[in-house]
Amino acid sequence: MSLKVLAATRKGLFTLARTGKAAAPWVIERSDFLADNVSVVLHDRRSGKLYAALDHGHFGVKMHVSDGPGAAWTEQPAPAYPPKPETCEDKDMWGVPLPWSTVRVWGLETGGPKERGVLWCGTIPGGLFRSHDHGASWQMVSALWNDPKRTQWMGGGADLPGIHSICVDPRDTNTIRIGVSTGGIWETRDAGRTWINDNTGMWQDHAPEEHRLNPNGQDAHRLVQCPGQPDRMWIQHHNGIFRSDDAGKVWHECAAKPSSFGFAVAVHPQDGDTAWFIPEIKDEKRIPSDGHFVVTRTRDGGKTFDVLHKGLPKEPSYDIVYRHALDISADGNSLAMGSTTGGLWVSDDQGDTWTAAAARLPPVYAVRWMEG
Amino acid sequence: MPKVTFGSALQRHVQVPALAVNAKTVRAALEAVFRDHPLMRGYVLDDQSHLRKHMLVFVDGVAIKDRKMLAEPVTPHSDILVVQSLSGG
Repeated sequence: MSLKVLAATRKGLFTLARTGKAAAPWVIERSDFLADNVSVVLHDRRSGKLYAALDHGHFGVKMHVSDGPGAAWTEQPAPAYPPKPETCEDKDMWGVPLPWSTVRVWGLETGGPKERGVLWCGTIPGGLFRSHDHGASWQMVSALWNDPKRTQWMGGGADLPGIHSICVDPRDTNTIRIGVSTGGIWETRDAGRTWINDNTGMWQDHAPEEHRLNPNGQDAHRLVQCPGQPDRMWIQHHNGIFRSDDAGKVWHECAAKPSSFGFAVAVHPQDGDTAWFIPEIKDEKRIPSDGHFVVTRTRDGGKTFDVLHKGLPKEPSYDIVYRHALDISADGNSLAMGSTTGGLWVSDDQGDTWTAAAARLPPVYAVRWMEG
Repeated sequence: MPKVTFGSALQRHVQVPALAVNAKTVRAALEAVFRDHPLMRGYVLDDQSHLRKHMLVFVDGVAIKDRKMLAEPVTPHSDILVVQSLSGG
């Protein structure tokens, strides 16, 4: 079994593989959808299928599926919003009119191991969709879209609000937690029929005092859950790094150097104390501190952080790693990350050392490990 | 019958030949095409069945204005051209 990396980029989907066994150079083994904007990619380990979300801009969002690596792609229906009632005036927290139309596929995950064919899809401007048939059709989770608190969401990572993270609880696949930018963390325990948003501990320093602790106003950049220790969750938040020890009810802030700001987070699949982040200067200057592109890692639940740089560029670098562009392999040993300036690095030792797998890709939006 | 033609940028994604359809409005003409070529629908119309922001529809060389209802009339001799608008450089 060899590991490959799927890289969804501004100009296509690329599959990277080693030319031989361990330590052999990485090459682009395959390219799909060349010149098209691929926002998300998913390899379904249950079925072997691959899914790619394309954003054609002028022509809208499209979903494609293949039966596996190397197989032909077929376009399937994209998640679609229901007809908007004539009398409905739907605006976000800022008063920006919300289109009832899929603007971007921003999160795509499989259901539980025994839920063959079930997929979950988060979109901008805030709709969550479920498919029971490998993406052949999609049903909007209407209870969430119709929740009055949903209209208090607002744009954070994009002009319009959206769902970027979907965590299906391995203990009970009807329990799902989603990350919204901005709208905090929402949880359902009945597969989407009812939702709560009452997590505490997160705060945002850019909001007026009255709104700093509002769970529905939190700008969660990325939410991940440790499969082996599902009570342990991590958020890379606009305001820093937060850890939960009770599956998202209470969040504890963790401080990392050189910065706690960033977009991506990965958690070890068995050891919830171990997680990785990619620090950047906050807000006004979204570049690595001092142009020094590094990864931070905690092994003790956020008490301390290692700064990892071996194999990463020594020269000044201004790479940003988007929220979906850091991934960890199922065995917890290999990491892959792709940047806005087209760099892609892999590590086979949990981040201690990195290898440049590609240097000149288009801007990378998402990476996924794929066994094959 | 009016004829519906899709521009080359659209044909790159979904190949639909020029088709003569029985219709009296732009909406009816497009829906007639989409019945046989359902994938093209999502490239031209958004989730609310409105004309996408960056799409243009010409009827006999004149761009339609009713981008929501697509209710402009067409004649049996009309040429309906669906293309992307120039934007983004």
